[in-house]
Amino acid sequence: MDTKRADTVAAPGRFPLRELLLFAAVLVAVLGVYAAMGPAYSTRMLVEASCYAILALGLTIQWGYAGQFNAGVMGFVALGGFCAMFFSIPVNEAFWESELPGELGLVLFYMVAAALVVFGATRLDRLGVPKKLRTLIAVVLGVVLYLVVINTFRGVADQIESRAGFIGGLGLPVGVGWIVGGALAGGVGYFIGRVCLGLRSDYLAIATLGIAEIIKAFLKNSDWLTRGTATVSPLPWPVPGPAEVGFTLARALYLSVTAVMIAVIFFLLSRAYHAPWGRMIRAIRDNEISAAAMGKDINKRRLEIFVLGCILMGIGGAALASFNSMFDPQGYLPLNHTFLVLVMVILGGPGNNLGTIFGAVAVYIIWIMSEPLALFLMELAVTFGEGAFGWDAPTNLDSRALQARVFVIGLLITLVLRYAPKGMLPEKVRHHG
Amino acid sequence: MNELVFFINNVVIAGSVSGSIYAIGAVGVTLIFSIMRFAHFAHGDMMTFGAFMVLLLTTAFPGAGAAFGVPSALVLLPLAMALTALLAVGIDKAFYKPLRAHGVKPIVLVIGSLGVTLMLQGLIRLFAGTSGQSLYIDDRKEIFRLALPFEGVRAPVVVTEPQLYLFVITLVAVVGLHLFLSRSRLGKAMRAMSDNPDLAQASGINTNTIVAVTWVIAGGLAAIAGTLLSLDVTFKPDLSFFLLLPIFAAAIVGGVGHPYGAVAGGFVVGFAETLAVFNWSVLLRPFRDSLPEWLTQSGNLAFVGTEYKIVVPFFILVVILVWRPTGIFKGKVI
Repeated sequence: MDTKRADTVAAPGRFPLRELLLFAAVLVAVLGVYAAMGPAYSTRMLVEASCYAILALGLTIQWGYAGQFNAGVMGFVALGGFCAMFFSIPVNEAFWESELPGELGLVLFYMVAAALVVFGATRLDRLGVPKKLRTLIAVVLGVVLYLVVINTFRGVADQIESRAGFIGGLGLPVGVGWIVGGALAGGVGYFIGRVCLGLRSDYLAIATLGIAEIIKAFLKNSDWLTRGTATVSPLPWPVPGPAEVGFTLARALYLSVTAVMIAVIFFLLSRAYHAPWGRMIRAIRDNEISAAAMGKDINKRRLEIFVLGCILMGIGGAALASFNSMFDPQGYLPLNHTFLVLVMVILGGPGNNLGTIFGAVAVYIIWIMSEPLALFLMELAVTFGEGAFGWDAPTNLDSRALQARVFVIGLLITLVLRYAPKGMLPEKVRHHG
Repeated sequence: MNELVFFINNVVIAGSVSGSIYAIGAVGVTLIFSIMRFAHFAHGDMMTFGAFMVLLLTTAFPGAGAAFGVPSALVLLPLAMALTALLAVGIDKAFYKPLRAHGVKPIVLVIGSLGVTLMLQGLIRLFAGTSGQSLYIDDRKEIFRLALPFEGVRAPVVVTEPQLYLFVITLVAVVGLHLFLSRSRLGKAMRAMSDNPDLAQASGINTNTIVAVTWVIAGGLAAIAGTLLSLDVTFKPDLSFFLLLPIFAAAIVGGVGHPYGAVAGGFVVGFAETLAVFNWSVLLRPFRDSLPEWLTQSGNLAFVGTEYKIVVPFFILVVILVWRPTGIFKGKVI
């Protein structure tokens, strides 16, 4: 078989004109922001954009590589942020010197014990108990034990809040929190994936949307753990902070950390993409049935990639929270932390890592710049309206102008899906002869 | 007995209220799913839109209800339903139809509907601000206190006027939908298309009409649910995000693509929510003397705090997806 079909021959390396042009445009935009807003502000923008790029890489492997739609990026970002906070802030002596840690440990032990007992009850049928009776016993036992444990727990949590404020941190290096944040997000992703990935893809979207709201509700209301709406700040940085070396240099150092992280993740992802594992993932995405017929374990591969994406989101969220130097559970919004990332991915090019990074930086610049722009336009309209028609403007104009961004993001999503479903830098599928 | 009244007020009535709202919403979601095969995330915002239209109309004609002796908002509801139905059809024409014509996967339509959600949210907040507003502009919210004819019952059963309207309208809507789906030609065509779109098209059913009719029904129902919810509490532009999960949970519990199942699922989710946040120690109070001390000691025996209410629909969703992904009534499409 010497004759090869045209589409199975490896495509000759073409000059990456499109990529160069797009990245040059982004560079010009960044330089423009530097010129207009000063280096400290612009470096901050770049660091945040790089954190978002990590989130976007997480979403691009879920959506672009595997066709799984995660509508709850926010939840995984918040988990990462929580871990960055919990592991890095100083130890709260008031808590550790009292007898409260022992009580908390005891409650946690009760929780594990109760879970084990209920789990044991679900296995009673192996001892010859009829299945219906087993289910009844397990459910009743679960409800009663849950109530008992949760009540004890509420008591301890109230004690912590009234006597020590919150349990404080562990005072470990920042990197530990980032890694654990990724692991925790991956763990939650594993749970969701186990439930939903064997079913229609819509269910994954619904479930992730729900888990994100639940994680936020938990972090917001667990004052004993996170101080809730009172927020925790400052969080330490992995590099010398602004107080030591000045704003611009400190942020530039932080940027170098995130840039190295992106480079490592990018390298590993493109290796995985071109490896047999990556081809298998794409085969499953493109044609599930034939991939299954080839003997691929579809659900296991899907679970792997979903968890991997969630881990990246956790790490990115941790880096973002550390950079903001504040953990505010209420600041996690679906718009800023789910849909913005989604726009970055579908606009940049789902499945194309370079395109995703391009999308992240480009969309973040537009996003940051749209706030002053929207206010400016709104004020212009008001001045014009007052001058021309004697229209008296509503007072809460600023908050309303920001709602325009919600509309623009939504419009962007629908337009991209309609007119450029493959994004600005489409995924390049290379064929091997 | 006072404890029983407390239970009725806090569980039976509150559960029926949220159950009715979820049921009407879930019927719309499930109809869209059975005809167009995608989870419509913008449904919550169509509800908000309907309520917002009622708010605008009521502000414009505050005295409209006086002639009929009902709140103006209810008189103007049909108009708002028509407007919301028009919006739904328009959104389909502008955003979903081109995507369908491209033959995209259903999940892309889901993302498209999320885009529509954001657009609607942005528009509504742009015009309505972000604070809550009452739909009772010129009318007064009647509150009925029904005293139970028993010895020693001091607390009355409390039902408000909008809650009564909600129960009546839910019943009418469900019966009407049942008659429409089972008796009318269009309804039968809808069921045929939900069973097998290709076969339905081959037997001469105009699928475009069916799609439009589905949107009209879904939009009308969404307007009803949003308005009645806003009448009961207040109109809030960011209502929708907290409604979405219970509604989807209800649709999936009832079996996706199964309108009667969606009604049942709505009530299951509504009652589960209120039962989970209900403080059970209230019911134990009369038996205080005969119970062990550790049980009566703690004052709070609720399963979850009110702030964690959203956990309940999610828990139901996970349980049903693990245990029986087709839903209790065996939905047709999965």
